[in-house]
Amino acid sequence: MNSFNLSVTVNGALYEREVEPRLLLSDFLRHDLGLTGTHVGCEHGVCGACTILFDGEPARSCLMFAAMAHGHEVTTIEGLGSIDQLSPLQEAFREAHGLQCGFCTPGFLTTLTAFLKENPNPSEEEIREALSGNLCRCTGYQHIMDAVKLAAEKMNN
Amino acid sequence: MKPPPFEYFAPTTVEEALTHLAEHGYDAKPLAGGQSLIPMMNFRLAQPSVLVDLNNIPELSYIRPDKNGGVLVGATTRHKTVGNDPLIAKQVPLVHDAIPNIGTPQVRTRGTFGGSLSHADPSAELVAISVAMNAQLKARSQKNERLIPAGEFFIGSFTSALEPDELLVEIQLPPLPERSGWSLHEVARRHNDFALVGVAAVVTLDKKGNCKEARMAFLSAGDRPVEAHQAAALLKGQKPTAEVILAAAEKASTDDIDPGSDIHATAEFRRHLANVLTRRALDEAFKRAKEN
Repeated sequence: MNSFNLSVTVNGALYEREVEPRLLLSDFLRHDLGLTGTHVGCEHGVCGACTILFDGEPARSCLMFAAMAHGHEVTTIEGLGSIDQLSPLQEAFREAHGLQCGFCTPGFLTTLTAFLKENPNPSEEEIREALSGNLCRCTGYQHIMDAVKLAAEKMNN
Repeated sequence: MKPPPFEYFAPTTVEEALTHLAEHGYDAKPLAGGQSLIPMMNFRLAQPSVLVDLNNIPELSYIRPDKNGGVLVGATTRHKTVGNDPLIAKQVPLVHDAIPNIGTPQVRTRGTFGGSLSHADPSAELVAISVAMNAQLKARSQKNERLIPAGEFFIGSFTSALEPDELLVEIQLPPLPERSGWSLHEVARRHNDFALVGVAAVVTLDKKGNCKEARMAFLSAGDRPVEAHQAAALLKGQKPTAEVILAAAEKASTDDIDPGSDIHATAEFRRHLANVLTRRALDEAFKRAKEN
């Protein structure tokens, strides 16, 4: 097999694996590392469900090969908070009903975590722009907007 | 959905990348941000047997001032970096204005300037504005280096003038001459979706306030960026009044472009959009030219 020796930091832990170059980063996270919180929707960069943080920047993990993550840092939904200790954004999503079925939620949370870090006091328009790369078929987005505003408030206090 | 197998190289210098391209020719594809190439591979529309990953080549990622007042951009500089750069905003505002229209926030963190141009998608903003601005594109191969004017770089649908062993290494963005204005307008079904039609305009006034030069390039109006030569000829030497702008928009939408029909829009609707967008773009560009 045509293989690549990958060394990547995911959620703070260093992983070393031999992978096929064609392995997508999304599949690497789910199948090789068992981090199934990263959801795979469209696999061509439209739905945003598979968004992860790549060196802190939101990126589609279905539009990267695992080999491209060599020497980089990846944060997935599993790295944002835990069941016992949700991140402020996760807390706000729960409070404001920013999710229904939850399939798209990991992508929203990773995207918006980076967004709020860069822009702690976003306007309504900026929030809309920030989540324009993520599709949600349940909520109609309004509760997600509310959750982001609530999270910004929480994080600023 | 899995891409077909390929051999993967991750060179750390341009020289090394060019060696791989020279060796593998048509079988190889350079991989920049991957935001177009990887979906095509996921769908198996593209099946390169060799990928040359350019993401580990620091010398390809930079933004620096050019001697002539313009800006030099390394080919793998990411859209987000370009969009946030103060030099870009000041010296080549059309580029700054174009960035928020490209893909989604997640695409802009990965996608690159050179990748977008090399992909030569006729609906890409950077493709059209590089033509409107008359950007020069520097291509390198192992044995040669050449500058290609953007107007000659896009030779067909998703086809650039690059040879298989050539790599686009730098985008040279010229400064706006004095008394110049710029504008980019597009219509898409959804925010951030591919534009149904768009137009980028760069205009320059002479000292009397007449149009000295106008360049308009359309996106999504043909198999490559389409320059509105006839409309530009009509504007030249004229005072840019509402009537003149209207006539230029008519000319551009009727004679300069030949858009197709598809599931997203009919050719007729695209012409209508082109007409309206050209008027808006010229209005804004001439207004800015008067202020500069």
